[in-house]
Amino acid sequence: MMPVPSSVPQPKDDFQEELVIRPLHSGDIYASFQFRTLWETDFMRGNKVSHYRLFPKSLGQVISKFSVRELHISFTQGYWRTMQWGQPFLPSPPGAELWVWFQDSVTDVDGTWKELTNVLSGIFCASLNFIDSTNTVQPSASFKPLGIGNVTDHRFLRYATLPREIVCTENLTPWKKLLPCGSKAGLAVLLKSEKLFHSSFHSQAVHIRPVCQDWQCKTTSWELRQTLNVVFDLHTPGQGKLEWSLFKMFSRTLTEACPLASSSKIYIDITDDPQGEQFEVSPATHLLSQAMVLGDRRTFSVYDLTQQITFGTVRSLNLLIRWKSRDMLRPLLHAERYVAGYGLQTGEIHTLMYNNHPYRSFPVLLLDSVPWYLRLYIHTLTVTSKGKDNKPSYIHYQPSKDRVRPHLLEMLVQLPPNSVTEVTVQFERALLKWTEYTPDPNHGFYVGSSVISSLVPSIVAMDTNSTREQPLFSSFFPCKEESSYFMRVYTEPLLVNLPTPDFSMPYNVICLTCTVVAVGYGSLYNLLTRSFQIEEPSPGLAKRIANIIRKMRGVPPL
Amino acid sequence: MAAPLTLLLLVAVTVRAALYRSSLADLISERVEVVSPLTAWKRVVEGLALLDLGVSPYSGDVFHETPLIIYLFHFLVDYAEITFMLADVITAVALYLSVKDYNKQVFRKQKYALEADRYPLDCLELIRSPKEMQYIPLKVAMFYLLNPFTILSCVAKSTCGLNNAVIALFVLSTIKGNSRTHSSPAEGNSIYPLTLCAAALLYLLQRQYIPVNLRRFSFWWFVAQYAFMYLGSLFVIVGLSFFLLGSWDFLPSVYGFILSVPDLTPNIGLFWYFFAEMFEHFRLFFLCVFQINVFFYTVPLSIKLKEHPVFLIFMQLAVISIFKSYPTVGDIALYMAFLPVWSHLHRFLRNIFLVSCVLLACSALFPVLWHLWIYAGSANSNFYYAITLLFNVAQILLVSDYFYAFLRREHHLSHGLYLKRKDGSEATLVLK
Repeated sequence: MMPVPSSVPQPKDDFQEELVIRPLHSGDIYASFQFRTLWETDFMRGNKVSHYRLFPKSLGQVISKFSVRELHISFTQGYWRTMQWGQPFLPSPPGAELWVWFQDSVTDVDGTWKELTNVLSGIFCASLNFIDSTNTVQPSASFKPLGIGNVTDHRFLRYATLPREIVCTENLTPWKKLLPCGSKAGLAVLLKSEKLFHSSFHSQAVHIRPVCQDWQCKTTSWELRQTLNVVFDLHTPGQGKLEWSLFKMFSRTLTEACPLASSSKIYIDITDDPQGEQFEVSPATHLLSQAMVLGDRRTFSVYDLTQQITFGTVRSLNLLIRWKSRDMLRPLLHAERYVAGYGLQTGEIHTLMYNNHPYRSFPVLLLDSVPWYLRLYIHTLTVTSKGKDNKPSYIHYQPSKDRVRPHLLEMLVQLPPNSVTEVTVQFERALLKWTEYTPDPNHGFYVGSSVISSLVPSIVAMDTNSTREQPLFSSFFPCKEESSYFMRVYTEPLLVNLPTPDFSMPYNVICLTCTVVAVGYGSLYNLLTRSFQIEEPSPGLAKRIANIIRKMRGVPPL
Repeated sequence: MAAPLTLLLLVAVTVRAALYRSSLADLISERVEVVSPLTAWKRVVEGLALLDLGVSPYSGDVFHETPLIIYLFHFLVDYAEITFMLADVITAVALYLSVKDYNKQVFRKQKYALEADRYPLDCLELIRSPKEMQYIPLKVAMFYLLNPFTILSCVAKSTCGLNNAVIALFVLSTIKGNSRTHSSPAEGNSIYPLTLCAAALLYLLQRQYIPVNLRRFSFWWFVAQYAFMYLGSLFVIVGLSFFLLGSWDFLPSVYGFILSVPDLTPNIGLFWYFFAEMFEHFRLFFLCVFQINVFFYTVPLSIKLKEHPVFLIFMQLAVISIFKSYPTVGDIALYMAFLPVWSHLHRFLRNIFLVSCVLLACSALFPVLWHLWIYAGSANSNFYYAITLLFNVAQILLVSDYFYAFLRREHHLSHGLYLKRKDGSEATLVLK
């Protein structure tokens, strides 16, 4: 940390940045940026924190005003293809996802949640104000706190997704502004929106949680992680050659580390190529490091940007990776989801979960939040593995209330080894009021991704010591036991069509229906208020005129 | 009479059992014309499944039956088909017995009127004979049991069949004059049969020979007794419903649902598309208008038909079936079962051919246009809505036609059949 002479006691904060580049087996390139700020302070106590240095003030004020204990927000464009790309370091569903644990001092969680979503909507220039009670749920088991804290009363947890949310430069710019160096120095100079959004997958997230500073957890500090995952496509025009460089991916090279960062590193995953047969990296480096991540021990070439020697004589770093050949791998846990059925009346949601471990079975928690206008019938829920019924050991189901809250289904399912488990549930599509449809009603309605959380058995022993110095990408999810690691898989969002009324007809419908009711009223009114009388035939027109003239003359009529 | 009735019941049960065993049963239980969010069997099963999961069925928006249905089907869910067939049989037998009793009373009143010489001489052909009235109860039972609407409703296991059974038992106990068994379970499952209590009250007054005179004490005393008994049984039913789940959640879920119409699933009624296209500002206003419309005809009809309470029951049932918030074909089948009772009015009916053609055509077009909208995607909701409108107009015409014929016959019975004008030529009757 750079010593800054001042008479005010310095808040003890620390900033680290890192970039992990992993060549994927399909030929794509996965780049994961993580920026972490650790700050030993207490937002919760009465003294208002006013001297912000590395920690962004807007987020600090959000934490103290809304008594937030943990906040996780992600914006994703595209869908992570687990089968081709393996597991991401930080999974996220398409669209926007927000889940927050509040402190137990909050009395009105729903009101605070509403205000928080509106404030975050302003901070990130996203339409998070569309989060309301119709798409918010309180999962009972799937989203346990990732930081310290032993409060597990899920009344203080709120989870919402907006699968329809688009991510663009407008969201990236305020995200970059939260970084201590902005986008002027360090790894953040690579974040140019023109290249970043020209990719197969782009996800930016902000995670705030309290963590322990040391082993005994005597002091706690607040951790802010800003992560950005991006996958570049091999077949993007101009990238026909099997060769990647920082300049080609980001149209920039690196010239210096962020001066405020205590550590600034680039990791290139060379596990699949220890002898340099599949690809070669230049400029070469002798710094190697090993880390346990996603149940596997992986080897990385490290480039330390705080060392001037990394930049060489040209004073800029442009990493180059040249391919030689390719191979394939299968992830242990993988899921798919689709809608079956035809017509606009009913349908069926099928979720398939694949367990590719050869001999171990493990339990997974499936969380499904389905909007209220797809009425689920829970008695049609079936879970089958390998053709046989597989009864879940824990089901938490909260039925929806029209226009108030969505369905919440959480299940604990044991996945047998080397098998596919299929979860099906039938639903009925509702007809909404004409004002409740979006301007493009025939596009369909989005159903947020299902979340599958599980502790997957790992091949190597995981490191449970959370305070040891580790690269950021392997220290996100807390590790409680050595034999397994925590993984979260998001399925595809669904697009479902609903029957639509004719939007051009409100006045016509009102008139026609009121006419029918009036026909009923009129006939019954006639029969109730009139009585039968003998009809006297009325004389012809000539006679009537003659009678009128006669009356005027005072003469008796014809 | 027992033998033909038994034969009819056997045929009806056979037809239903055959349809249960066929693949049509699943298809029919999905049809929106036959089941509604209030009466669908799928939702009853869902409610029972939620109860098994430990969640209250009324915490969501899928189950809208009273807790009495949970009581009943908690034990009978495996025998559901037999329950619904039995409900149809009970309805038919109740209607048979009540129409038989009613005919006896009609004939007795007619005999007294003839002896008192109250009918003009030329309307003797309007007098009804026992011979023509002999087969009417059987025809009523047949109209109910073999009506395709009833069969569809039974095969779909729509709880409308249970509602109809309860209403039929209510009518039976009214006509038998047995005020001890006379209660308000009809009120239990939906609020609209409330309007039938006025008709039942008038019938019981007539049976006890208490004239409907607002100044007399005996009238008010009887009304008070009846109201007390009716409200008492209503409280018993609501209290029983409360004690099942120990909460009042079912009140907004059942009665609040019927009155506020939040679910806009298409059906054969007028409410769904009207409120799907309603401007938000006017929603409450039109909701009140439409709901009042159902109850509003009670007082005028009771005043006009105070001498003929059974026809009033028929009119009320028809008005409820047409204008209720979630009608199904099972409701229509109930009031159509009464039509043979008024078969002597056929010479005064004016539109019966048009109405029956329209009803047949609409019944055939409903599934076609639904398929075109929901499955083929080549029509839109307006097509289905148009057929809904036409179907309801036809029903309104049918009901008002019978009302016209009834009133006209009454007029002829007091003024003579062949009317002459002042100059002796044949007269025409109009409503003025």
